[in-house]
Amino acid sequence: MEKIYARTKTIQEDKVSGFCPGCMHGTVIKLIGEVLEEMNIVDKAACVLGIGCCGLHMDYIAYDNTTAPHGRACAVATGMKRANPESLVFTYQGDGDFASIGLGESVSAANRGENITVIFINNGIYGMTGGQMAPTTLIGMKASTAPKGRIAEEHGYPMHMCEILNQLTAPAYLERTSCNTPANVVKTKKAIRKAFENQLNGKGFSMVEIVTSCPTNWGLEALDSLTYIEEKMLPEFPLGVIRDK
Amino acid sequence: MARVFMKGCEAIAEAAVRAGCRFFAGYPITPQNEIPEYFARRMSEVGGVFVQGESEVASVNMVYGAASMGTRSMTSSSSPGISLKSEGISYCASARIPMVYANISRGGPGVGSIQPAQQDYFQATKASGNGGFEMLVFAPSTVQEAVDMTYKAFDYADRDRNPVLILADGVIGTMMEPVVLPDAKSDEEVAAMKEAKKDWACVGHKLDYPNRAWIEPGHWQTSDMQRANEEAAAVYASWENEVQVEEYKIEDAEIVIAAYGISARISKSVVDMLRKEGIKVGLIRPITVHPFPYKTFDNINYGICKAVLDVEMSIPAQFVQDVSIGVKERCPIETCLSSGGNIISREAIIEAVKKINEKQGV
Amino acid sequence: MARVEIRSESCKSCQYCVKFCPKGVLAIGDKVNSKGYEYSVPVNMEACIACCICARMCPDAAIEVYK
Repeated sequence: MEKIYARTKTIQEDKVSGFCPGCMHGTVIKLIGEVLEEMNIVDKAACVLGIGCCGLHMDYIAYDNTTAPHGRACAVATGMKRANPESLVFTYQGDGDFASIGLGESVSAANRGENITVIFINNGIYGMTGGQMAPTTLIGMKASTAPKGRIAEEHGYPMHMCEILNQLTAPAYLERTSCNTPANVVKTKKAIRKAFENQLNGKGFSMVEIVTSCPTNWGLEALDSLTYIEEKMLPEFPLGVIRDK
Repeated sequence: MARVFMKGCEAIAEAAVRAGCRFFAGYPITPQNEIPEYFARRMSEVGGVFVQGESEVASVNMVYGAASMGTRSMTSSSSPGISLKSEGISYCASARIPMVYANISRGGPGVGSIQPAQQDYFQATKASGNGGFEMLVFAPSTVQEAVDMTYKAFDYADRDRNPVLILADGVIGTMMEPVVLPDAKSDEEVAAMKEAKKDWACVGHKLDYPNRAWIEPGHWQTSDMQRANEEAAAVYASWENEVQVEEYKIEDAEIVIAAYGISARISKSVVDMLRKEGIKVGLIRPITVHPFPYKTFDNINYGICKAVLDVEMSIPAQFVQDVSIGVKERCPIETCLSSGGNIISREAIIEAVKKINEKQGV
Repeated sequence: MARVEIRSESCKSCQYCVKFCPKGVLAIGDKVNSKGYEYSVPVNMEACIACCICARMCPDAAIEVYK
């Protein structure tokens, strides 16, 4: 018998991820690794990890990586790509990192059309610090710093990063995907591949926003978090290609 | 090597380019705008990169990224902007990323004033960011020194894999002086310096886990974090030989001025003026303010020295605390201070020296 | 003929593989791994069609598929 689905070699052979059961960080990291291998560009990969749960895979993946200060991944990636254009530079950031503390760096890098790729994980909550409210937290969704749930009058509304960046002229590619179903996992992988190809082709800023779960801080079983994505997250964060030029 | 007439900020930038700096990111703030402006013009001539970041925070992190690829990289700012950069500097120190930055310091605290000051001494020498890392900190008192220090700073940064700070002030940054510029590194030398860092630079490596590049500004395991800090501390300890200080006429001095940077330059002229009047004054000028030349204070003749006069452009005084560690209570320490952007005057220093002289009797 | 291989030590019992397998090949077993998770096991391997959906959905890269 032939092995037709192999564990990506971009994940260290002997490692178990540090993520919680059902956490889709692991899914996305696996997809990134598969794309790097399929495109034969692992030896060009330079990954900039955000702060938070994103950082949990620094000791899980087997390719070059660095960790940026909280929110600064797009600035660090700017320096890396400009200093060494032949590397494939991509950031891996959560919603607190990319859309809150790093909003300035994120929007500015996109506006410059930096030839980098952003993998943006949106699960509507701060994971590692224990379930605080994120810019992408849904109205009514409970968080440790919004114990009654997000209230629009007090906290404002969830931020839609694809749509915000779509106001800019420079970005090349913006797509929102999810990993809640097999079909969406396939679409996410395609989107990551396209974003990497854009960089190799010098097209400029590409961002894939991936709607994922945080079963632990959502207070749900992993399987129930899939339903939550479908019923609550996706109506607020509709999937699809927002920009492709 | 021709002498040229240059503004301090521009001379610092040119020295960096000649040292092989090929990435600069910065953000406007007075009085250091001529540094990014110079790089904006100059980098394209040498195949380097200039980026105006969206903030100081972004700029220093761009430098963190560029330097992580092995490229000699620099940023600059002035006091409040340096505070914002402290995040990125701390990351560079923790991840052992070589980079150079200049603080063309101004009045503070807060937005302070845009005129020259020396109010960032503690920040520069004791705590430039969280975590207790250390850096070589050079304090030029002339534009020529600023040039020479900047040029050499990149070598120190690469050798130690650590940030290096040029602690200048608004006077050094904005005045024009004749300077001799060092030779420019050739394109081949610049490429070779980058190539030499390829093992650890985050440029992409073959799938070979132990040999991947892993830039680590932190560690999950506390034992790894402690080991990293111990390794860094060993580098800091090796700087004992890097201490630089100028001693000027202290052998017979009855009053020794201690000052650094622009205050020291003004004080040096005062030493000569007062000696003509028969008042035996000397000067100790730390050139590296970290590590600090404490031992140089052992060379004062305490049998005849009435007092050490700390001259600095900071109220309250900061540099005086290092001076007092050096003096070890072997004589009194007086201060002569200005602050908020007021450049210390010769007259004020002369008055302070004479006050000590009269009080103690000749 | 097809077969799935599960690294029991990597499994965290999220059950995505169980839910999405179209043929009911997998189930959560009654044994636990060293981290305390009841890991996924094949209970109906003969039905496997090597569609790889289980492996794609697994967040922990615990599943490999043979055909």
